[in-house]
Amino acid sequence: MYTQAMDTMAREGAGKLERVLSADEQALQQRFDARIDAGDFIEAKDWMPDNYRKTLLRQISQHAHSEIVGMLPEGNWIGRAPTLKRKAILLAKVQDEGGHGLYLYAAAETLGTSRDQMIDALHTGRSKYSSIFNYPTLTWADIGTIGWLVDGAAIMNQVPICRCSFAPYARAMIRICREESFHQRQGYDSLLTMMRDGTEAQRAMVQDAVDRWWWPCLMMFGPPDDQSPNSAQGMRWGIKRVSNDTLRQKFVDATVQQAQVLGVTLPDPDLKWNEQRQHWDFGVIDWDEFWRVVGGDGPCNRERLAMRVKAWDDGAWVREAALVHARKQQLKEAA
Amino acid sequence: MQGSIQVPTDPKLQYLLRIGDACLILGQRLGEWCGHAPIVEEDIALSNMALDLIGQARGVLTLAGEQCPQDYDEDQLAFLRDERDYLNPTIVELERGDFAFTVLRNAMVATWLKLLWERLRDSSDAELAAIAGKALKEARYHQQHAADWVVRLGDGTEESRQRIEAALARLWLYTPELFDDDAVDAAARASGLGPAGSELREPWLAEMREILGEAGLALPKDTAFRSSGKRGVHSEHMGYILAEMQHLQRAYPGGAW
Amino acid sequence: MSKVDNEWPLWEVFVRTKAGLDHKHCGSLHAADPKMAVQMARDVYTRRQEGCSVWVVRSDQIVASDPGDKDMFFDPAEDKVYRHPTFYKLPDAVDHM
Repeated sequence: MYTQAMDTMAREGAGKLERVLSADEQALQQRFDARIDAGDFIEAKDWMPDNYRKTLLRQISQHAHSEIVGMLPEGNWIGRAPTLKRKAILLAKVQDEGGHGLYLYAAAETLGTSRDQMIDALHTGRSKYSSIFNYPTLTWADIGTIGWLVDGAAIMNQVPICRCSFAPYARAMIRICREESFHQRQGYDSLLTMMRDGTEAQRAMVQDAVDRWWWPCLMMFGPPDDQSPNSAQGMRWGIKRVSNDTLRQKFVDATVQQAQVLGVTLPDPDLKWNEQRQHWDFGVIDWDEFWRVVGGDGPCNRERLAMRVKAWDDGAWVREAALVHARKQQLKEAA
Repeated sequence: MQGSIQVPTDPKLQYLLRIGDACLILGQRLGEWCGHAPIVEEDIALSNMALDLIGQARGVLTLAGEQCPQDYDEDQLAFLRDERDYLNPTIVELERGDFAFTVLRNAMVATWLKLLWERLRDSSDAELAAIAGKALKEARYHQQHAADWVVRLGDGTEESRQRIEAALARLWLYTPELFDDDAVDAAARASGLGPAGSELREPWLAEMREILGEAGLALPKDTAFRSSGKRGVHSEHMGYILAEMQHLQRAYPGGAW
Repeated sequence: MSKVDNEWPLWEVFVRTKAGLDHKHCGSLHAADPKMAVQMARDVYTRRQEGCSVWVVRSDQIVASDPGDKDMFFDPAEDKVYRHPTFYKLPDAVDHM
């Protein structure tokens, strides 16, 4: 998720030169660099380089948007959940995601932006969200698959951020990671039940879902390291701790085993254990698809954004009424 | 396709289904708000309420299943009955509506459920009493959240006031059903299972008067309109809710989830 | 109708998870009024631990000390690094003090 956001900046020409620093600022920069090198935390009101602030703001807000937009593909199946237990679990999960979005918006706001500004950036297309959520949830098995693979990939991305140099982001991530493992486990459990105890039709449903979600999940880790020029700066600043390819390999290694237990095949004929590397070799990712989806032409981009814009616009009268009422109350109390 | 299950016509079962189905169907409606609320904080609040209601439904439907000779579980009852065998009052199955409609319906239903759960703590059925004890805390919170919103919208802007007035005019028609007694209520009162619907009318009116008064809204006039969901004869909304809710269970007979 | 600033104010949330512990800052949220802020804080920040107490404070009411860097930059004491134990490189055998 976040890695993808970082790396799309490369395409959008984020190679601007830093402006020239004054003598005072140079000293502050040196002190800042020393703190980063020492593994110290940067808090919201500490001095920080402009680009550090901008990068974090972009990354954290896009991470927040991802959580909120991520409620939509899953929310799509709350009404059709096949049992009351699964309905309750899905409601709890989507609720969690809303909460995670809030933790992240809160962290981003400490950097000097407002929720309304961030939402406006999302709605006007200036700010992005993880493109995995631009894929449709077509069957109930998609829900379990999202839990297993999408949340699995997200966890892998997120654990290193718990050690991010920017403390509000790190703290939000710690809180999120604590809640996230339930998400992956419930998804896997749902698929396991269908594969192990379900009908032939259910097993086919699960396999079909895996076939459609596998490659997009691998893309969640962002472009290959050699096509991610901003990764180095992220690492330098203690925002990014592990490279895209390293995380992706780790994910594949963990997931192949899980797939074997489930009894599903992963849709990659080139997937093969490499005894020498002690890792699973996997096939070539279709990066054209990745950039197409990131660029706005994935299966559901327009629908997802339209839904968020509609919810916001439809809710304007509600937000306004609440504010007006609050002001009336304040006046009454002051009188 | 998976066919429907048959349920006996037993007054105790019907009493339980009226409550369980009310929670189930309202939970279903609230779940529809997910991702569409005016602000993320309210997405969380509404889905939290949906979760509570589904939990209450699970408890009551499990108990209801035990009243059947076939010993149905919560899911068989929730997903495999014919529309005519769902006994929720009609008010909970009405359209999702706008935010004003939603919070006002929540306020009305939560107030009703709160008063019901309060009395059900003394039920002759120990299991129902236990469910009531837990559900009461949740209903109190739901009522508070909803009532606060009714007041904000009633005493907010011109637009919010118009919307909540429109919601009130529509929803009020569906409330008398909650308090009309029949043989099921009589049997419940006689056996100590729970209060008759009519016992809740005055306390409910008192609380609604307070909430609506604070919101600057007047109680609508009573009419002769009566909804009949409690008897299994629903509005046109119910068929669509069930079609969506039941689909997977119907389409995958014998499935494991 | 008068034009109003659309954004709900920001509130900081503090939760005490157990009697005997302090309230801890756990994040922020937007709410239109105090009652809503407390309810939302409960919905958002106490979903798992049964937090026994929730405080909400409007963010613009928080008074904070100056950011560390600004003070440190002008504080001459910062140059006195020999006050810090890490300044002294000791043989490994006695480095544990």
